[in-house]
Amino acid sequence: MPVQERRLILANIDRDGYTPDIDCYLRNGGYADLKKALTLDGPAIVAEVKTSQLRGRGGAGFSCGMKWGFIDPKKNTKPVYLICNADESEPGTFKDRQIIYKDPHQLLEGMIIACYANNVHLAYIYIRGEFVLGAQILEKAIAEAKTEGFLGKAINGTGYDLEIYVHRGAGAYICGEETGLIESLEGKRAYPRIKPPYFPAVLGLYMCPTIVNNVETLCNIKHIVRMGGAEFAKIGKPNNTGTRLLCVSGDVEKPGYFEFEVGALTMGELINDVCGGIKGGRKLKAIIPGGSSAKVLRAGERYKIKSKKPDGTMEEKEIGLLDITLDFDTLAAAGSMAGSGGIIVMDETRDMVECLANINTFYAHESCGQCTPCREGSLWMKKVTDRLVAGEGLPGDPKLLKTVADNIAGRTICAFGEACAWPVQSFVAKFPEEFAKHAEGKVATAARKGTVAQEPSKAMEAA
Amino acid sequence: MKNPFNHDHPPADTPLVNVQIDGVWTQMPKGLNAVEAARRVGKFIPHYCYHPKLAIVGNCRMCLIETGGPKMDASRAPVLDASGKPEINWVPRPAIGCATNLTEGMAIRTDSPLVQECRRGVMEFLLINHPLDCPICDQAGECKLQEYSVQYGNDHSRFVEEKVKKPKRVDIGERIVLDDERCIMCSRCIRFAKDTVHDDVLGFTERGSHTTLAVHPGQRFDNNYSLNTVDICPVGALTSKDFRFQMRVWFLKETKGICTNCATGCNTIIGSRESTLYRMTPRENEAVNSEWMCDQGRLGFHYIHDPKRLTQPIARHGPETTPLAWSEIIPQVAERLRQFVPEQIGIVASGRLTNEEAFLVAEIRRVLGGDSVLTDYVPRFGRADGILRSADLNPNTHGVTLMGLSNGGASLADLRRSIDAGQIRALVVLHEDLTAEAGWDGATLQKLDLLVTLGLLQNPTTDRADFILPGASFAEKRGSMINGAGRLQRLNRAIPSPGQAWDDWQILLRLKEALGGGNGLHTIEEVFKAMAAQVPAFAGLTLSRIGDLGIELEAAMPKETATE
Repeated sequence: MPVQERRLILANIDRDGYTPDIDCYLRNGGYADLKKALTLDGPAIVAEVKTSQLRGRGGAGFSCGMKWGFIDPKKNTKPVYLICNADESEPGTFKDRQIIYKDPHQLLEGMIIACYANNVHLAYIYIRGEFVLGAQILEKAIAEAKTEGFLGKAINGTGYDLEIYVHRGAGAYICGEETGLIESLEGKRAYPRIKPPYFPAVLGLYMCPTIVNNVETLCNIKHIVRMGGAEFAKIGKPNNTGTRLLCVSGDVEKPGYFEFEVGALTMGELINDVCGGIKGGRKLKAIIPGGSSAKVLRAGERYKIKSKKPDGTMEEKEIGLLDITLDFDTLAAAGSMAGSGGIIVMDETRDMVECLANINTFYAHESCGQCTPCREGSLWMKKVTDRLVAGEGLPGDPKLLKTVADNIAGRTICAFGEACAWPVQSFVAKFPEEFAKHAEGKVATAARKGTVAQEPSKAMEAA
Repeated sequence: MKNPFNHDHPPADTPLVNVQIDGVWTQMPKGLNAVEAARRVGKFIPHYCYHPKLAIVGNCRMCLIETGGPKMDASRAPVLDASGKPEINWVPRPAIGCATNLTEGMAIRTDSPLVQECRRGVMEFLLINHPLDCPICDQAGECKLQEYSVQYGNDHSRFVEEKVKKPKRVDIGERIVLDDERCIMCSRCIRFAKDTVHDDVLGFTERGSHTTLAVHPGQRFDNNYSLNTVDICPVGALTSKDFRFQMRVWFLKETKGICTNCATGCNTIIGSRESTLYRMTPRENEAVNSEWMCDQGRLGFHYIHDPKRLTQPIARHGPETTPLAWSEIIPQVAERLRQFVPEQIGIVASGRLTNEEAFLVAEIRRVLGGDSVLTDYVPRFGRADGILRSADLNPNTHGVTLMGLSNGGASLADLRRSIDAGQIRALVVLHEDLTAEAGWDGATLQKLDLLVTLGLLQNPTTDRADFILPGASFAEKRGSMINGAGRLQRLNRAIPSPGQAWDDWQILLRLKEALGGGNGLHTIEEVFKAMAAQVPAFAGLTLSRIGDLGIELEAAMPKETATE
């Protein structure tokens, strides 16, 4: 019996007859959770979110309640800002745009509740510049919400005021890094800030305390208010609560986006049962489980995973790639991460050097160029993998790639350093034979057979 | 000079914290950054983007260090080692020293294997796309890429790819040339322009390794402080149009000097080789100019090498000019001056004179007749800019005033009238051209029976002079001046005077001796001592006690700061 989806966030998305306007949203019980929230104290909502153990859905998996807890509205004299990070641009990730395009009011409702809970009166949705239509949809939704009295002055007849503005992004991946996003929102180049001292909770937007939450995270707030933090925490696993939107792309028969309870299914179930198996009946070669910056996992690898048994004792199990349950902790224990939920599947026909060259091209193009290791290292790694793909490899290239990546990870202002180093470190370590072959210099990547990219329309149908 | 940031000088009342630097416990002001803390115990943490007077951005990653804090036991009390000092819990991830602010119990390692590996990595990254054109780069010899490469870098390159190409010889301002391929994107110049001198015209374009420093569209980097960016540029990206390709910096002799272009008296380093001055750069003095100086002052030295520079003592008899030795000309000048009664003599002093020179001029005036000798100086005013430029363009107005040589310029008109009226028939002019600077016309000067000039350049006044005494420029002499804020500062001799030109104090001393006999003064130190004995403001001081950074005079001095 295949695991069933648990559609919490996606409950209405892609449902027949469901439209992104507020009438439809209200017909389906929309804004009831906001009305409930407005009867509660802000701190009580923050407490519920802490109880829910909700972890951020943007990629880092940081506790949302703890993030909010850094801000004490009573203590500071400055305004508190909330920013919805809708700059979804991690390769392999296409979940937030479903919410924005198809159910914008769900995001707004979650966001308004989050603002109310944290005593925020001015909030921004920083949306990826390429989501032109998405920005228009959000603008329309905001106008509708204002007309209905859910935004603006005296929301729903209470004394609470809130304005939300949509800000279109500046067309760079780094604008999704929260401090880069804040700089960009302030009208500057999206150079991530150094932390310390510029933690958003202390010195964020305009040097004021600021909360930056992902789209999916904010949607969860609505559901936490509805069902209560304790009830929400029953979904999924302890410390891995709620549902997760998973975006599957690559060499599977039915790629798409899905919503499951966190940890409710294994990688194998996702690929074989949900996504119809590897494309064309070929064999699985590798999976990047959390967006392109997550470390790659190779078919056939064995992982030692520690877990808590019901009686409280720890047990260690050795499992394979397809046995990994899809939650934050298990993927971390397997040496990668749940990241943004973008699962990229590669079959046996893929040349891993070419795959890495593709990733390296992305990161070399997107490095903001602020700090030395990432600025110079990302392009260097791209040039090396381009050479390997072109059949101009040199014997020292695999080691060179590894040491260059080692000199980036952990040495930069923001996590982009890790984002561009981890793929290189993991690909080179896990597929040494393919890199060695290319490093002999005579092998150019051969054209693969029968692996044309799936058309987007079909991908949507499959979902 | 008010800097927006002073990371190296925390307020004096900052509390101290216990910190461990490379295993040694010491006390440091709380919040001081690790780069400065290390510097205070003689450890150097290399850095490119960090500058003590600029905002901290932490982009170069060269100052990565290891940090730690006290290891705590279950009861949250520090675990002590055998010597009773806290044991350290080291953070595995390196941190940038510039943004690591000291807290109680913090420990740092400035030279551990991890730190060394980080630096090697950063050096390699900085050099892969660098053109490595040191042989034709003007920064060679004072380039941080070169220096740190030797100290912290690898001995070979692993980079076999094609380098990134960027714009070369970009004309971004009147005095600055940019080479983008050499730029390491430290952003020091951008922050200086924006925060320190409020001329936000520099920025980056493009992204990643293609990031390019540029001047904003339609703008020019022309402000009066632009050349400071050449100093703080750690590499050869920004070079001075005035200095580039003139002299390899390792040939330059460095002499501590004072800028004499206005009353601020910015402290400088004079770069010279043999008898030529090639450049002036600011020398740090928090009480005066911090680490900066204006372009006008910095470039305002070329006149000393002007072809019109006077290099020979000359006596004129009618249309005839006769070059004379100093031993011949000084007795002649003295003899001619002695032929006039005090009321027939006038002196035009200068705010460009040193205190010692002004003192000797006052002595000469005393010998010639004291207060009966009508004397004043030529005031010179511009506009203060709120940064470093003073409205007073004379470097030593206070000094000449203190020596009684100034009536604020009010007596200049009297002097001219008296000459025109035939009352004053002999005039001594020191470092001034009365036609250009005081607006006199040649007819007044023609009325004089005797005109003695001491100065640097040939001009309409010297053209009329009976005796031309070639003096020394600010870079060729020793002595002291008092800046607009009442700070006594020293000039030092960087280069010899050209030809027969001589130190002004020597000329004036000999003239005074020829007029009134010797007084046992033979050195500038002795002149200063004699001056200190007479002028209460200098009581107890010697030339050497002034020191390299000067002394704020306690005596009541009309205070004026450059920024007001």
